[in-house]
Amino acid sequence: MKRFFGFIQKEFRHLFRDYRSLLILLGMPFVQILIFGFAITTEVRNIHVAFVDNSRDVESIRITNKILSSGYFISSGTINDVNSIEAIFRQGKVKLVVVFGNDFAKQLQAGDAIDIQLIADASDANTANLIVNYTQSIVQDYINAPQQSPQLVPEVKMLYNPNLKSVYMFVPGIICLLLMLISAIMTSISITREKEMGTMEVLLASPLKSSQIIIGKVIPYVLVSFTIGVIILAIGYTVFGMPFNSNVVLLLFEFVLFITLALALGILISTVTNSQQVALMVSMFALLLPVILLSGFIFPIENMPAFLQYLSLIMPPRWFIIIIKNIMLKGVSLEYVWKETLILAGMAVFLLTVSTKKLKTRLE
Amino acid sequence: MTAGTSIYAKNLTKKFGNFTAVNTISFEVKKGEIFGFLGANGAGKTTAMRMLTGLLKPTSGEATVCGYNVFTHGEQIKKHIGYMSQRFSLYEDLTVAENIEFYGGIYGLRRNDIKQRSHELYDRIDLGHARNSLISAIPLGWRQKLAFMVSILHQPEIVFLDEPTGGVDPITRRQFWDLIYETANKGITVFVTTHYMDEAEYCGRVSIMTNGIIAAMGHPQELKQQYGVATMNEVFIKIARQ
Amino acid sequence: MRNIFIIVKKEIRQILRDKLMMLIIFVMPTLQLLILPLAATFEMKEIKMYVVDFDNSPTSRDLINKFSSSPFYNIVGSAYSHRQAEANIISNKADFVLEIPANMERELQTLGAAKVQFVVNAINGMVAGLINGYSTAIIADFNSEIRTELTGGKYTNQLRAPTYSYWFNPQLDYKTYMIPGILIMMVSIIGLFLTAMNMVREKEIGTIEQINVTPIRKYEFIIGKSLPFCLIGLVVLTLGLLLAMLIYDVPVLGSIWLIYGVAMVYLFAVLGIGLFISAISDTQQQAMFVAWFFVMIFILISGLFTPSESMPDWLKGINTVNPIYYGIKMIRMVMLKGASFYDILPELKAVAIYGVCAMSLAVRAYRKRV
Repeated sequence: MKRFFGFIQKEFRHLFRDYRSLLILLGMPFVQILIFGFAITTEVRNIHVAFVDNSRDVESIRITNKILSSGYFISSGTINDVNSIEAIFRQGKVKLVVVFGNDFAKQLQAGDAIDIQLIADASDANTANLIVNYTQSIVQDYINAPQQSPQLVPEVKMLYNPNLKSVYMFVPGIICLLLMLISAIMTSISITREKEMGTMEVLLASPLKSSQIIIGKVIPYVLVSFTIGVIILAIGYTVFGMPFNSNVVLLLFEFVLFITLALALGILISTVTNSQQVALMVSMFALLLPVILLSGFIFPIENMPAFLQYLSLIMPPRWFIIIIKNIMLKGVSLEYVWKETLILAGMAVFLLTVSTKKLKTRLE
Repeated sequence: MTAGTSIYAKNLTKKFGNFTAVNTISFEVKKGEIFGFLGANGAGKTTAMRMLTGLLKPTSGEATVCGYNVFTHGEQIKKHIGYMSQRFSLYEDLTVAENIEFYGGIYGLRRNDIKQRSHELYDRIDLGHARNSLISAIPLGWRQKLAFMVSILHQPEIVFLDEPTGGVDPITRRQFWDLIYETANKGITVFVTTHYMDEAEYCGRVSIMTNGIIAAMGHPQELKQQYGVATMNEVFIKIARQ
Repeated sequence: MRNIFIIVKKEIRQILRDKLMMLIIFVMPTLQLLILPLAATFEMKEIKMYVVDFDNSPTSRDLINKFSSSPFYNIVGSAYSHRQAEANIISNKADFVLEIPANMERELQTLGAAKVQFVVNAINGMVAGLINGYSTAIIADFNSEIRTELTGGKYTNQLRAPTYSYWFNPQLDYKTYMIPGILIMMVSIIGLFLTAMNMVREKEIGTIEQINVTPIRKYEFIIGKSLPFCLIGLVVLTLGLLLAMLIYDVPVLGSIWLIYGVAMVYLFAVLGIGLFISAISDTQQQAMFVAWFFVMIFILISGLFTPSESMPDWLKGINTVNPIYYGIKMIRMVMLKGASFYDILPELKAVAIYGVCAMSLAVRAYRKRV
C-alpha cells in the first residue's frame, strides 16, 4: 500500500512539475466559457450593407436610415451601378445590397407594388437568411405601420432560459468536453509516454500489481477533472447566473460516472497505440469530434440524418449532456434521468472490462 | 598550442546559475591520440564535452577544436568532428541504410561516397545482412557499433564519444575498442568519456575529473606509478577519496 | 538546399513507416468531412410541437393547420392544460408548445387583436431563437391572410414587400458554406499537431542532440521539417476537395491554382506555429496541450460555425492574429464566390507575414546551442 502511494505521488509530481500544461489545464475552462459565452451566437450584428438608390427621395432615405438605425447594420455607402455588386461581394466585406427602384416615394403613396430589392451574399447561407429577414421586417414595419389590424400577437415564454443565453447550453457541453479531454486523452498519452520512454517496463518489473499501476496513473487525472468540472459549475453559477436549484450530490455522482467511463476509454486507446502522437491523433478524432458534433452540444441531434442519429446513440457524451442539462437547468431528480444514467453506467462497465482485459493481456 | 594539437582548452569554465559544473579545466589533445575523459557521474564530463562540440556555450576560459574557437566558431567545429551521444542517436524507425544515408547526407557526402563507405562499413562490422532492418530490430551492441561507424563516416578530424559502451556486453566492448584503435590509426583523434576503468587502460592518455576540476592527467602507466597502485580502478578510487 | 532535401527525405520515410499514423492522417479527415457537414447544421427540420387549443374555433383550427402544413413542424400531440404541455417539455417530448387561449377568435373579430402563447424549450438558446423565428413568421403570414380576407383582397402584402435574391447560393444550402471551412480546419489540425509534436519528439528520444552537433543550419532543419507536412496538408486538401465536389456538389468558382496557392501560404504559417510550439516545449504532452489550447480558441472564433462579424470587438482583435480566421475567409471567398487573387490579397498578405514571423520564431526558438 505504501508503495502504491509512492507511485501516486510520482504521478502527481509529473502533473505538477509541468506548470505550463497545468496552467493550460486550469485556464482552459475560463477561456472556453468566455469564448463560448460571447463568440458562439447566431445573432447577427455589424453587417456591412450597401445601397443602390435610384430614387433618392424622402421615402428611400427614410427607409435607408431606418435600416441603418436598427443596430444590425453598418453602412458601406452607396453604389451607383448594379453591375458592380458582384465585384463588391467578391471582396467579401459587404453582405447585403439594398436596391431602390425609380420613383419609390410615388409608388408608396399611390399604394402600388413597391420596388425594393434585397440582394444578399448567400455564400454564408444562415447569415444571408437572417439579414434578409431582418431587413424585410424593417421595411414592412415602415410601410404597413398604419394598418396593423386585425392581428394575432404571439406571446413568447422561453422555458428554463428566458434570455436565450447560449452559455446555458455550453456549460454542460464544456464540462463534457474537458472531462473527456483530461480523463481520456491525458490518460492515454501518459500511459503511452511511459511506453515510449521505456519506463513502463520498469514499472511492470516492480512489485506493483498492474491494476495498481493503472489506478495510480489515473487518480491524479480523476482529481483534476473533477476539480475542473466544479470550477466550470462555479463560473456558470457566479458569472453567467445559471440556475442552480438542483441536486448537487446527484450531479457530482454523474460526474464521477462519466469520468470513470472516459478513463476507461483512455486506457483502451493506450493499449492499441505505441506512440504519444498516435494516441493523440486517435483521441482527437475518435473522442473530441464526437463530443463536439454528435452529442447535441452545439448542434441539435434531431436535425441530423438518421444514420448519424443512430451513431450518436453510442456516444457517451450524448447521454451525459442530456443528464446534466436536465439536472442543472430543469432541476429534475433521478427519476427523470435514470434511463440515461443506466446507459452511461452500462457503457462504463463495458469499457472498463474490455480495457482492463486488453491491458492485462498486453502487459503479461 | 602547437601544430599537432587538435583540442586545446585553457581555464574552460561552465556555470549553471550558482553551480559550477566545469571549473577552469585546461588540457591539450594531440592529433591521432586516444584521450580518455574519466570521472564519476556528475563530475562534469558530459558538460565539458558538450562545450567542446559546440552544443553548450562556455561561461569563461578559452578553447579551440580543430583550430576553431568554441566561442565564435561553434558551427565550423561541427563540420570537422563526429559525435556519438550518450542517449541513442540513430533513428529507430529508420533502417540501417537509411540512417547511414541520412547522416552521410547531412555531413555533405556525395551519393557515391555514401554508397562506397556504407559497403566498407557493412563489411567491417558485418552488418550487410541487416541493412534493411529497422534500428529498433537490431541488438543493442550492434546499434552502438553502427552509431560509432556512422559518427566517423564523414572522416572527421576528431570524434567525440560520450559513454559509448554503456550497457554493452564485454565482448562487444572489446570489439568496440578495436574499432576505436583503427580509427586512431587513421589519424582521427578520439575523445572518449567512460566510467569503465578497464577501458581507461586502453587510452593513450586519460584525465580524471572530480567536482568539475581535472584531478589527474597523464598516461595510464604514469598515473598508476604516481599513485603506487596496479590498476586504473585503484587510481580512480584514490582520487575520489581525496 | 541539399540539406533540406535530406531532412525532407528522412521525415517522409518516418511518416510513411508509421502505418497507423498514415491511416489516421487520411481516413480521419475523410470521415470528418463525411460526418461534419451533416451534423453541423442549425437547420431545423422537425420541431416537435404540442398544441393546447382552448378556443377550438375555426380560426384556431386554421392556425394549427398553418403550423402542421409547414415542413418544419411535427405536431406530436395535443394537451388540455398548460401544466401537461410543459411536462412534455421536461420529458423532452416537445420542443415547442402553442397555446391558444379561449375566445381568441372572438377577440380577434371584436377587438382587432388577440394573443397566443409560445412556450419554447430554451435550453439551447440558438435553437429556441430559430423556433421562435419560424413560428413568428407563420403568425405573420397568418395575420396577412386574415387581413387580406378582411380588406377584400385589395392588395396583398406580398406586393408591398421587398423582393430578395440570394447570390452565390440560391438554395441557401448550409453545407456549401460549411465545407470549405471544414477543409481548412482539417488541414490546420493535422498540420499543427503533427509539427507541434514532431521536433519535441526528437528531443524526448534524444536524436536531436545528434542533429545538433552536425553542421546543418537551423533554418535548413526547420524548413526540412515543415515541407513534408506541407505536402501532407495538400494531399489531405485534395482529398477533401474531391469529396466536397463529388459528394456534396460544392461549387468551386475560383481558380483551383489559387486555392492551392492560398493553401500553401496558409500551411506555411500553420506549420510555423506548430514548429515554434515544438521548439519551446519539453515534452510531447506539453506541446499537445499548448497546440490544443490555441487550435480550440482559433477554430471557435474563426467564424467557422458562427459569423465573425457579429463577435464582440475584443474577439475581433484576437482574430487579427488568428491564421485560421484568414484561411477560412480566403477559401470561402475563392471557392464560393470566385474571388480573384486581388480580392483576397489583404488576407493573403496577412497570412504570408504571419508565416514568415512564425517560421522565424521557430528557427530562433530552436536552439542548437544551449
